[in-house]
Amino acid sequence: MSSETGPNENVSDENLPREQDKAHGEVAGKNDPFADPGLPPHEHRIQDIDERAAKRSERTVALLFTVSMLATIGFIASFVAFPIDKIIYVWPLGHVSALNLALGLTLGVALFCIGAGAVHWARTLMSDEEMVDERHPIAAEPAVREKVISDFKQGAKESALGRRKLIRNTMFGAVALVPLSGVVLLRDLGPLPEDKLRHTAWKKGKLLVNENTNQPLRPEDISVGSLTFARPEGLDHEDEDFQTEIAKAALMLVRLEPDDIKDKRELDWSHEGIVAFSKICTHVGCPVSLYEQQTHHVLCPCHQSTFDLSDGARVLFGPAGHPLPQLNISVNKDGYLEAQGDFEEPVGPAFWERG
Amino acid sequence: MSTATEAHGSAAAEGKKKAPAGERVADWADGRLGIYSLAKANMRKIFPDHWSFMLGEVALYSFIIIILTGVYLTLFFHPSMNEVEYHGAYTPMHGVRMSEAYASTLDISFDVRGGLLVRQIHHWAALIFLAAMFVHMMRVFFTGAFRKPREVNWVFGFLLFALGMFTGFTGYSLPDDLLSGTGVRFMEGAILSVPIVGTYLSMFLFGGEFPGDDFVARFYSIHILLLPGIMLGLLVAHLILVFYHKHTQFAGPGRKNTNVVGMPLLPVYMAKAGGFFFLVFGVIAAIAALFSINPIWVLGPYRPDQVSTNAQPDWYMGFSEGLVRVMPGWEINAWGHTLVLGVFIPVMIIFPLVLVTIALYPFIEAWVTGDKREHHIADRPRNAPTRTAFGAAWISWYFVCLVGGGNDLWATHFHLSINAITWFVRVAFFVLPVLVFIITRRVCLGLQRKDREKVLHGRETGTIKRLPHGEFVEIHEPLSQEQLHTLTAHDQYQPVEIGPRTDENGVERKISRGQKLRARLSKGYYGESGQIPKPTREEYREIESSHGHH
Repeated sequence: MSSETGPNENVSDENLPREQDKAHGEVAGKNDPFADPGLPPHEHRIQDIDERAAKRSERTVALLFTVSMLATIGFIASFVAFPIDKIIYVWPLGHVSALNLALGLTLGVALFCIGAGAVHWARTLMSDEEMVDERHPIAAEPAVREKVISDFKQGAKESALGRRKLIRNTMFGAVALVPLSGVVLLRDLGPLPEDKLRHTAWKKGKLLVNENTNQPLRPEDISVGSLTFARPEGLDHEDEDFQTEIAKAALMLVRLEPDDIKDKRELDWSHEGIVAFSKICTHVGCPVSLYEQQTHHVLCPCHQSTFDLSDGARVLFGPAGHPLPQLNISVNKDGYLEAQGDFEEPVGPAFWERG
Repeated sequence: MSTATEAHGSAAAEGKKKAPAGERVADWADGRLGIYSLAKANMRKIFPDHWSFMLGEVALYSFIIIILTGVYLTLFFHPSMNEVEYHGAYTPMHGVRMSEAYASTLDISFDVRGGLLVRQIHHWAALIFLAAMFVHMMRVFFTGAFRKPREVNWVFGFLLFALGMFTGFTGYSLPDDLLSGTGVRFMEGAILSVPIVGTYLSMFLFGGEFPGDDFVARFYSIHILLLPGIMLGLLVAHLILVFYHKHTQFAGPGRKNTNVVGMPLLPVYMAKAGGFFFLVFGVIAAIAALFSINPIWVLGPYRPDQVSTNAQPDWYMGFSEGLVRVMPGWEINAWGHTLVLGVFIPVMIIFPLVLVTIALYPFIEAWVTGDKREHHIADRPRNAPTRTAFGAAWISWYFVCLVGGGNDLWATHFHLSINAITWFVRVAFFVLPVLVFIITRRVCLGLQRKDREKVLHGRETGTIKRLPHGEFVEIHEPLSQEQLHTLTAHDQYQPVEIGPRTDENGVERKISRGQKLRARLSKGYYGESGQIPKPTREEYREIESSHGHH
């Protein structure tokens, strides 16, 4: 760069730095070694002195803006040219949508080049001489403050709010009460909880329907080591309230060796070692779904609460506060698994009224 | 009357020399809006330059990008939980039952040309917005730019960050996909844990039992109207205050607490900041082109009885996720009621607490210092060791929670036991901030010592000189006047004294607990162990004159 600042006709006297501007701060006191020397003199950039360098910057900026224009044209062309379902392989991204890639990159370039051009323009061609603004205290002058306070007092006095207590008190009352209307209006956002969280779609005699095959389950359908998901019969995917009902009724079944079942009640509520537990985690309600067949542990993938299915679904680890509720099951006369009733305790996350 | 006629006459005479069109438009606007007074104060407003000052700009611009792309998305998104059978362009999902919200998100991704790009820009910009606010907040914190007169603006910024988290949460819940639905379920579980009113809040929010068929529409109006509306107001207030207070600057020659040194808004910052908007937008567009985000078609529609593994929230919600994951499952059952401490404490107490500690910090520091002056010179972090240590400790706290939020990823990527990670986070939650506090403070004090050394003895040149009597010394080069000033320009507080316990009559003075606490904190902040005294002019001169003997 420095070689280009040598003698050449583009560098006129006019462009040359005049005598170095004196620092325009306070003059450093001889007595104070740490005194503020004031702003350092402005250092000229090559573009300030050499018109050729300035022209180069101008061309760079113009080039960037031109690239942006081209990229926008590219964006429009891509929009028209690429079918939306065209998938291409691009290393290292893998298989991606051609349209998305083309639109994003052209848009990115179009925007970026405007930004780069503007910043380059500002940095190389606009004045870079530092300027000083004085600050003024944020707080008002005492006189202004006096005026405001006395104005306020005058206004308050004229309103007689302090003197006419009856007006004041009733006004406060009215203004305090009126938002209640708004609160009342929110009442119909939803029903009262009542005992909704205590009941599920399970009832005595309801068959256990396999969530995958949609067929009623028989004991022989459930093999050792597998995790089977079930829902109550009569609950259909097309039902209006399917999501809400399955959020409570989702069931998981495993077959254990009856001798492995440590919990007495669990054994009583099982059938030939088949036990049925709520699939909804008692922590915050994620579906528990990772089963470790050797240890009979199930793990919730959300927060890693771990339950021991061979011991009343006791919490072994993680943030859950109580065991998964068990559903009492048996077999009806046709050989299908059925519920002996609803869950005895609320399923899912704990709540104040759970008890 | 006569002057008016005169003016009218002369104007008519000089018909050809009318002001240029631009000026006439400006005159028109000024006559109605008073723009000239506004422009006088702001058009050539001086802004100081430092790379860290652009972090807030990144946040501002990504917010604008989010609004632009968000408006576009509302044109195609159906905020409805009506069940439909999908028959759109994405064949693997044909015939699958899903909510209209999910189906319309698939349409945006596969049927609307450019829809996927805008969706991805929107989501990426949201992540960047939150990240930019986070680092911007840290910049303001560590340079003490929250001090008087900027405390209120700090609170505005904090509210923007907190609201941004919830806007993000309500936003990524809208597509009603398997992952986001799980997040909403988590939220419902957390609401249920609130004592006494939890079940009521949940029923009112979801219009009945979870998931019901209202929450997408409700989250939609919260996400696109309520929260962004409040945020836009806060943002405008934030920027007005930035203009009104004028930007802080770092100490340096000519840069004083009473001035601001830099470049004018017109033209330099118009071009730089305006250009920077395009840079940020361009980069985010390119990211959205190259990196897929939230591919909801992989996840499938939400079903309350299904879940995917590696369920993770967006990063800014990660720390609350961590709190929930590592909390022991405490539940207290008494008198027929359940207190779900295992969920209530982390989500409803610690989560707000972590955020509020950092929000209130400016007021705590102002109380400890008792300083009522305005501060416009940004601190170097080392010159406020206790504050810097506090900030670093807070960050470590935040990141410990973030590690907890991703404990399953840490376990699978680094082959660690999830139990071990959980226990690590439980212990580190209490221990790490303390360790980080101590270490950071010591590092700051070390850096202060180094500055002191540099001022008094000059810069180490690395040149070794042998003296005539054989001694080797390193040549130290004295600092320039500019450097000397810059390194000694900061204020150092003296610890607050409680004063004598008895007054002049020997009567015992009443010293409130608050005063005692303040004195202790002040001693910790500014006592002997809290800062290294900066070199005095006397020390400098003494060393200067002794150097003369060489």
